[in-house]
Amino acid sequence: MIRDNTSEQNLGQSLKKKSNFRTWFDRFWTGVASFCMIFTLIPLFAVLIFVSIKGLSRINLDIFTRLPPPPGLPGGGIANAILGTLITVGIATAIAVPIGVLAAVYLSEFSGGNQVAQAIRFATNVLSGVPSIIAGIFAYGLLVATKIVGFSAIAGGIALAVLMLPTIIRTSDEALQIVPQDVRWAAMGIGAYNYQSVLKIVLPAAIPSILTGVTLAIARAAGETAPLIFTALFSNFWPKGLTEPIATLSVLVYNFATVPFANQQELAWAGSLILVVLVLITSVTARWVTRKQVY
Amino acid sequence: MTNSLVDSSIATVFELENVNIFYGNYRAVRDINLTIPKNQITAFIGPSGCGKSTILRCFNRLNDLIEIFSLKGKIGYHGQNLYSPDIDPIEVRKRIGMVFQRPNPFPKSIYDNVAYGARVNKYTGDLDELVETSLRRAVLWDEVKDKLKESGFSLSGGQQQRLCIARTIAAQPEVVLMDEPCSALDPISTLKVEELMHELKQKYTIVIVTHNMQQATRVADKTAFFNAEATDKGSKVGYLVEYDATSVIFGDPKEQITKDYVSGRFG
Repeated sequence: MIRDNTSEQNLGQSLKKKSNFRTWFDRFWTGVASFCMIFTLIPLFAVLIFVSIKGLSRINLDIFTRLPPPPGLPGGGIANAILGTLITVGIATAIAVPIGVLAAVYLSEFSGGNQVAQAIRFATNVLSGVPSIIAGIFAYGLLVATKIVGFSAIAGGIALAVLMLPTIIRTSDEALQIVPQDVRWAAMGIGAYNYQSVLKIVLPAAIPSILTGVTLAIARAAGETAPLIFTALFSNFWPKGLTEPIATLSVLVYNFATVPFANQQELAWAGSLILVVLVLITSVTARWVTRKQVY
Repeated sequence: MTNSLVDSSIATVFELENVNIFYGNYRAVRDINLTIPKNQITAFIGPSGCGKSTILRCFNRLNDLIEIFSLKGKIGYHGQNLYSPDIDPIEVRKRIGMVFQRPNPFPKSIYDNVAYGARVNKYTGDLDELVETSLRRAVLWDEVKDKLKESGFSLSGGQQQRLCIARTIAAQPEVVLMDEPCSALDPISTLKVEELMHELKQKYTIVIVTHNMQQATRVADKTAFFNAEATDKGSKVGYLVEYDATSVIFGDPKEQITKDYVSGRFG
């Protein structure tokens, strides 16, 4: 006979908590999930705390205003690397954002999902999985080895731009596709040209999500070391120009952490901390911008 | 009320001759012949899938956005064939506006929503004035005049639909097409939109697709009843059953199937 919960005898059953196998099974898996969650947070906080402890002692005005001293001498700062990171990432952003966003506009708004668009989407996905050092090799082979610009901020910026492109294209493409088809039809129904609908309606609606993608790409690029080692190289002095080798925070950390001088090692820790904070600020900005999403 | 059918002084806006609509090889609608009179409200009724929305979207060439769409036959608009190859669909859409089933305001302020159509059409007059007149004509002005800078999304569904109507008429079309404009609205908003349609008819020609037969009797001067029939291939094709003054369609239709539909016996 089928059990009937509404039958007389069932209605009288106790509703109190029971201690049977299922309750324990339930608790066990909740516990396992919670443990794994905490476990994943450990490295994150460990890194943040460790970097803070090691780096905080050297965070002072000098760090932001002075050059690294020659090996063996005390004091100094990493101002050139901070500036260098801003310049290199700035160049990368200036290249990758317009190309990436416009490529996404083509994919989402003008391609109609044709063969070309599918090929581009596939290529973008492949590119996003390419190790960052390959992007560096590419920029090196294209610009440095051919002596077009040599080791420079521009070469570094282009290497980072290659890394940023797939993220920007993919997030912008998704952001544009989230804008409902209704809205495009409404614009067409009024007699708007395709470009008017894209420029005035669809793109503005997608901008918060596009900005998120852009900031995430910037945050990633700012922390990259491998592609910069043999494109931007390094310099112990103020940037002389965009076509000269330039210091960046990530390469500074890589160089200074491995030398046997205490002062340099401290500067490397301070550089790590500043890099982490920069990336954190960019990510928080990204989240803050997403808050105002239209769709 | 005069019977518009016998009133030959009324000008014609659209003239459909042997219109057949295809999606790829599939024929969705066959052999439509009908004329839409100027400054009147014409309602398209019929069961789902009979092609009435498809036909409506042919009037402003919005179906062009669907790649596999094609049309055979002729849709005359004041004597010009809308589907002749030298016609610019964008010019067509500027003259023939559309209000959609679901309210679809742009993610912009109320003001910019209305002004968009005017800006697209390079309107040179006083934009503030045009926005106000359009909102007044859409009977929305009093509700939004103090919050024109707020987002169009902040309005209720009924208000959003009237905003969409204001946006459409701000583009200064001659014809307003409405694709089930009240299907997402509550009864009170529906009544407001219907009253609005009566107002608008002084200035515009309106064609409305509706599933609501009471709505057709309330607003329409003329009503076209469409139905779908099975073809030998097993698919369905829409056709025009009967087209007459609304009072005739709902009072004394010539076809038995129309009588069955309007009395609620099928559909």
